[in-house]
Amino acid sequence: MSIDLKTIKHISKLSRISVDEKKAEKLAGDLNSIFDFIEKLNELKTDNVEPLTSIAETTLKLRPDEVKSKNLREQVIKNSPKQNEDYFVVPKVIE
Amino acid sequence: MSDVTKQTLSELVENIKSKKLSSSEVTKAFIERSQKSKELNTYITEDYENALGKAKKFDEKPNLNQKLPGIPMAVKDLFCTKDLRTTAGSKILNNFIPTYESTVTQNIWNEGAILIGKLNCDEFAMGSSNETSFFGNVQNPIDKNLVPGGSSGGSSSAVAAQLTPITIGTDTGGSIRQPASFTGTVGLKPTYGSCSRYGIVAFASSLDQAGPMAQNVKDCALLQEVISTYDEKDSTSIDFKRNEYSKELTKDIKGKKIGIPKEYRVDGMPKEIENLWKKGIEYAKDCGAEIIDISLPHTNYALPTYYIVAPAEASSNLARYDGVKYGFRAEGENLIDMYEKTRSEGFGAEVQRRIMIGTYVLSSGYYDAYYLKAQKVRKLIKNDFDDVFKKVDAILTPSTPSSAFKIGEKTNDPVSMYLNDIFTVPVNLAGLPGISIPAGHDAKGYPLGLQIIGKAFDEQNILNIAYAMEEKINFKNNITDWWIK
Repeated sequence: MSIDLKTIKHISKLSRISVDEKKAEKLAGDLNSIFDFIEKLNELKTDNVEPLTSIAETTLKLRPDEVKSKNLREQVIKNSPKQNEDYFVVPKVIE
Repeated sequence: MSDVTKQTLSELVENIKSKKLSSSEVTKAFIERSQKSKELNTYITEDYENALGKAKKFDEKPNLNQKLPGIPMAVKDLFCTKDLRTTAGSKILNNFIPTYESTVTQNIWNEGAILIGKLNCDEFAMGSSNETSFFGNVQNPIDKNLVPGGSSGGSSSAVAAQLTPITIGTDTGGSIRQPASFTGTVGLKPTYGSCSRYGIVAFASSLDQAGPMAQNVKDCALLQEVISTYDEKDSTSIDFKRNEYSKELTKDIKGKKIGIPKEYRVDGMPKEIENLWKKGIEYAKDCGAEIIDISLPHTNYALPTYYIVAPAEASSNLARYDGVKYGFRAEGENLIDMYEKTRSEGFGAEVQRRIMIGTYVLSSGYYDAYYLKAQKVRKLIKNDFDDVFKKVDAILTPSTPSSAFKIGEKTNDPVSMYLNDIFTVPVNLAGLPGISIPAGHDAKGYPLGLQIIGKAFDEQNILNIAYAMEEKINFKNNITDWWIK
């Protein structure tokens, strides 16, 4: 299998990580060598194997739906790179 | 009392309890040594002034019933600490101040310990050499320009160099055990669900576990006793009866059945590792254990499985870093452009690589071929362990396929870097506990570790085996303080 530049561009779009030509080429090389190594799994027949979806075989506990934390609005907002009063500010999305 | 920093955690606790030492003296000693050790680059954030204040307060009204009374401690910078910057080794969290405390660190402070700083690590714990950190390489105190292992490289270096009496790391594929092995220290990865993941910056949620990193097994057991609690804030935390690991610690392991898996004898394994393993088997026999040859047939498939499962979970977990709510932001022409530039400039190369792998294996058309396939193989790997644990109480393997390597030696070849975790990754995939203990040196004088793997929730048993073997091995770390001018 080979991951081409078109696929890299597609994954970068899905990942929301911008890549230029040079970076795309480097990534294609890296990902191809990693996937060569991953392809080893195809040696195994797994048709009748149940996928392992959770390592901790436990049932979730129920608990009362109560608010326990204090109002941290101010501290939470303060961590954002751009804010206006009580709001996170992002680039304009509606013309 | 001289040489405070040379004391073990257990000695420090005893000396504070018997009032031979004050918390202020101990805290000051570790801070002073840390200040002289900047060249190791173990700290990302120092909190010395606050620590001295807390130590003074402790001494005014000491609570000597606590398990870690007035003990200073630096922790991996993957644990959220309320009101103190937490970076995960990343530019994207460079200025993040958590509004909450991780459960594991809260447990530590509840027993009287005092935070002195946050320790360097690979970016988002993705790495095996601490070279992916935005805050630079960490030096291994064993030798100059040697990696301390990763991702808990700041933690392993700080414990080996005695900048903190003990610490905590996190282990997703070997990130506690491999750095412990590289620095001649002890590191325990507990059973999945033993320590709460609440407040730990997430990498791969079905694999991540916090655990203690220490100078010896007894200290390791004491810290495990403190950090392992059921926590309703983590839905994968498991409510089981936890031992008092340090109190129940025993060197009596007579009759314990220890398995030696033939598949861990990998191609090209250095003779030194092979010999170390043989020596380990002899030590275990000397302790009265029974050695049994076993087979874990799917061992060779563990790393490829891991490199699907871990990046898939990471790509999902790291979707939250979008430059809006916290952390770094790069300006863009519109919202999407801002996201893409923020993530491109805010994440380092290895993190981007793993997000890309994860996105690809989860994307439409590839999910069945990769992610579902990996989950099925993960089941086979877990079945292997379930089968052998019907016959044995624990498994003994080398911790790593080599000793510590030089800084820069493997940075250009991701796959050769990944191979470092060949002996540790299967344990995470199966959710089991594993401990690495120092067991010898190679020809260069660098430490080598042995790993003991246990049944789920059987930490006490592997701690006991480690404790018994530690006495026989009688390992001495050779630290020359070369970095102190």
